[in-house]
Amino acid sequence: MTHTLRSRVVAVAMTALAAGLYVTPASAWEPTRNVEFIVPAGTGGGADQMARMIQGIVTKHNLMKQSVVVINKAGGAGGEGFLDIKNSKGNPNKLVITLSNLFTTPLATGIPFSWKEMTPVAMLALDEFVLWVNADSPYKTVAELVAAIKAAPPGKFKMGGTGSKQEDQIITVALEKATGTKFTYVPYKGGGEVAVQLVGKHVDMTVNNPIEGVAQWRAGKVRPLCVFDSKPLAGKAKIAGDLSWSSIPTCKSQGLDIEYLMLRGVFMPANVPKDAVDYYVELFKKVRATPEWAQLMADGAFNQSFMTGADYTKWVEGEEKRHRNLMKEAGFLATN
Amino acid sequence: MEAIGDLMSGFAVVLSWQNFVYMVIGIVLGVIIGVLPGLGGANGVAILLPLTFSMPPTSAIILLSCIYWGALFGGAITSILFNIPGEPWSVATTFDGHPMAQKGQAGEALTAAFTSSFVGALFAVIVITLAAPLVASFALQFGPAEKFSVFFLAFCSFVGMGKEPPTKTIAAMMLGFALAAVGTDTVTGQLRLTFGSTELLSGFDFLVAVIGLFGIGEILLTMEEGLSFKGKAARINAAVVWQTWKELPRYWMTSLRSCLIGCWMGITPAGATPASFMSYGIAKRASRRGDKFGTGEIEGVVAPETAAHAAGTSALLPMLSLGVPGSPTAAVLLGGLLIWGLQPGPLLFVEQKEFVWGLIASMYLGNIVGLIVVLTMVPFFAAILRVPFGIIAPIILVICAIGAYTVHNNTFDIIMMLVFGVAGYFLKKCNYPLAPLVLAIVLGDKAEESFRQSLLISQGGLGIFFSNGLVSTIMALGLVALFWPVLSNLYGRLLTPARPT
Amino acid sequence: MSDSPDGQSSGPRQHLVEVGVAAFMVLLGIIAIIGSLRVGTGWGAEGPKSGFFPFWIGLIVVGTSLYNMVRAYTHGSRKLFASWMQIAQVLKVVLPLTIYVGVIPWIGIYLASALLIAGFMRWIGRYGWLLTLAISIGLPVVTYFTFEMWFLVPLPKGPIEDMLGL
Repeated sequence: MTHTLRSRVVAVAMTALAAGLYVTPASAWEPTRNVEFIVPAGTGGGADQMARMIQGIVTKHNLMKQSVVVINKAGGAGGEGFLDIKNSKGNPNKLVITLSNLFTTPLATGIPFSWKEMTPVAMLALDEFVLWVNADSPYKTVAELVAAIKAAPPGKFKMGGTGSKQEDQIITVALEKATGTKFTYVPYKGGGEVAVQLVGKHVDMTVNNPIEGVAQWRAGKVRPLCVFDSKPLAGKAKIAGDLSWSSIPTCKSQGLDIEYLMLRGVFMPANVPKDAVDYYVELFKKVRATPEWAQLMADGAFNQSFMTGADYTKWVEGEEKRHRNLMKEAGFLATN
Repeated sequence: MEAIGDLMSGFAVVLSWQNFVYMVIGIVLGVIIGVLPGLGGANGVAILLPLTFSMPPTSAIILLSCIYWGALFGGAITSILFNIPGEPWSVATTFDGHPMAQKGQAGEALTAAFTSSFVGALFAVIVITLAAPLVASFALQFGPAEKFSVFFLAFCSFVGMGKEPPTKTIAAMMLGFALAAVGTDTVTGQLRLTFGSTELLSGFDFLVAVIGLFGIGEILLTMEEGLSFKGKAARINAAVVWQTWKELPRYWMTSLRSCLIGCWMGITPAGATPASFMSYGIAKRASRRGDKFGTGEIEGVVAPETAAHAAGTSALLPMLSLGVPGSPTAAVLLGGLLIWGLQPGPLLFVEQKEFVWGLIASMYLGNIVGLIVVLTMVPFFAAILRVPFGIIAPIILVICAIGAYTVHNNTFDIIMMLVFGVAGYFLKKCNYPLAPLVLAIVLGDKAEESFRQSLLISQGGLGIFFSNGLVSTIMALGLVALFWPVLSNLYGRLLTPARPT
Repeated sequence: MSDSPDGQSSGPRQHLVEVGVAAFMVLLGIIAIIGSLRVGTGWGAEGPKSGFFPFWIGLIVVGTSLYNMVRAYTHGSRKLFASWMQIAQVLKVVLPLTIYVGVIPWIGIYLASALLIAGFMRWIGRYGWLLTLAISIGLPVVTYFTFEMWFLVPLPKGPIEDMLGL
């Protein structure tokens, strides 16, 4: 008994050391099985990449005794994954990473789940959105683009985006309202595909996340016009020529009063022990302290907000209300 | 030739004994993954990805890509032996591979499958080596309309060629389309045909349907006929490999055609599964022995396997140069690249030369090593057919159930597998063709999605499918393929009077 | 068409089974049509709506299946579909498999698989207990190590696994 206890303390101390952190007191709870990390989206998307990154970091730095297993449950706009969490009440070995579909899917499809049926663990980061056009297009600023859209017949300009009645289309509708124009929204399955469709000139613009567009930007194939945040992005490293993430102006400064950030957060099933939640909060703190995580945040120009506990719950609550309004205004609510 | 020089330095990077060991480990793991229907290449790559972070990226990607090759090789094994496709792209391999095994030619079928896979992959790697930038810009041409035309062509090249009554073929195919439509409609985000059931959210998965229709259905048919698999007479010796190899060069035309189809489908990226179906369909039309397809023709194994492997290999190119994964496995590899700090995209070929050419060199070596490994296992695999039915049947049932479960980690899929199994038994006994049904499940929702995306772009005009040279050509090819029986009949009639009788 | 008592030469006729299969497909087609009507079957300003394709597909399924049904009844083969003996053989797999599928959510896939293999080998294959037990216990154990330990793919588990802490 003493022996196992001691080895556990030693193990925890070692993992903490490996992560380059101070030694935390041994948590009372530890996962007993492999931890299933549900991704309510397909392989290759932003959430999937982040989940697999976390899996890699946990393994590489030996942050947990059990393994993390990433499972994609993309069916029903992610509803499949959230329902799995909802139906796993009390199971402390399951996590889910969220996209905006945490809010949009139940509203748009009527699939019965809500974040209230889950336990919020932590906000890992917020994902930004950038308005992109093809680098060969003549539009250098938002004003030029908006003028061209207004001059063209309604629906002539095509916006490519991920999924239907989700974050990309919400922003599209907001853009239409702000500019008094009409686009044709073309839904695709994933952000990478959307970026390629823009490079191939099959669509005119996209609102991809920074990480989805950065490779094509560096290669000079696409051009960012503005970022949907209240302040410019943080990254100062040069990406394309002399430009860095921080050189992209905010949409607000360009006359488009639209702000949208997407939650990259983690939830657990309901009715799990408090100790388990604390354990995962500590785990994600360690993950966030690794150089790999810092690299991902810089590459993807993420907004590095971190929240847990009551703050996080309150934030999610506010965000749900906001999405309900946005979806209602856009006419995306399920009819039945 | 700058590419050749780059490739040679790539070989210099790859050729170390550690990397060679990684290759063999990767291939063997991949074959195991390919054999078990519950594990896809994506599983293997995903699980081992974290373990590879401590290696240099080149070694890690060699290990992982070899798992990918191994899985491509391995998918054919259960298709041929038990009529159970281990991977979606080996469905078309069952059509002639399993009848060959039933005739006692399991060894020949396996050898033909493995060799064809090798040829297809090698062809694709050569294309990547010589024409990577060109190929990448070709892939950019494919918008929704072009994608739809590719699905249309795949479909047209496969329908209307069975011996079954046409009304039954149409009914089976349409049933497949209806099943494909269940779940979330990607274009509007609406749920359809789910009738409020949360189990049906993600629709009917193709693998579950195939495991049921083919795997379980086959066992039920075997039970009815008495308790035995018909493959007992299989000659099992190493000479089988040589004898089959002597026969294979005869099908060079089929191989070449399948290579081209495979590369094209892999790059666009439509994927290995449609490639294998399309290649099989066209081979059947083009072959003089086309009417014997489905009864155990070796050409019917060569065509789909070559195309599937060519597609699987060339799918890595859009992943590297555009960042768009051509398959779930490629998607996981893509995640791996990001973790290693390598950013897929147009600049990868410029900035990470050593890595890219190391990978391409490993494709050559991995395939050669893979072929040797799997060919030495042929007699062993063929011997599995000697296990009595009373033992192997329940084991197959269990493996099928695991395979169905792992698709979505959902026990509901095991129930669906059973339903599809019973349906497969009745449909087969009533002379309904299963291949069009399966093809419709695979391509149905993708074809509909790209069709509707196209119409969004054209704002409702059907002219978009003939709006440029590329899409018009593919659509025209599709129409020719669709009406091929009529056309060839007409052509035949025109020629007949001229012939001396 | 006299019923012979041995069940070897009697059984359902091919044409009747075909009528049944076609009728079932008509039913599936109707379900597809009803489901499509719920989501709209029109051709809107931006192309077809969600239900457009399933609706027409459903109609074609119903149409061709009705034709197949009539055709099978009038022109179908009067031969045996399968003898009662053969059907009993098929049911020997279908019934255990149904039970197997039914109990997996409750007792997990490992125990259920062991029982299925043991039952099949013992009563259908008529193997000795030793071989039966070796395979029926061995396979789930190998499966556990391959899937759960090696490839980290979780499979459904029941109370026994929970008890063992697996």
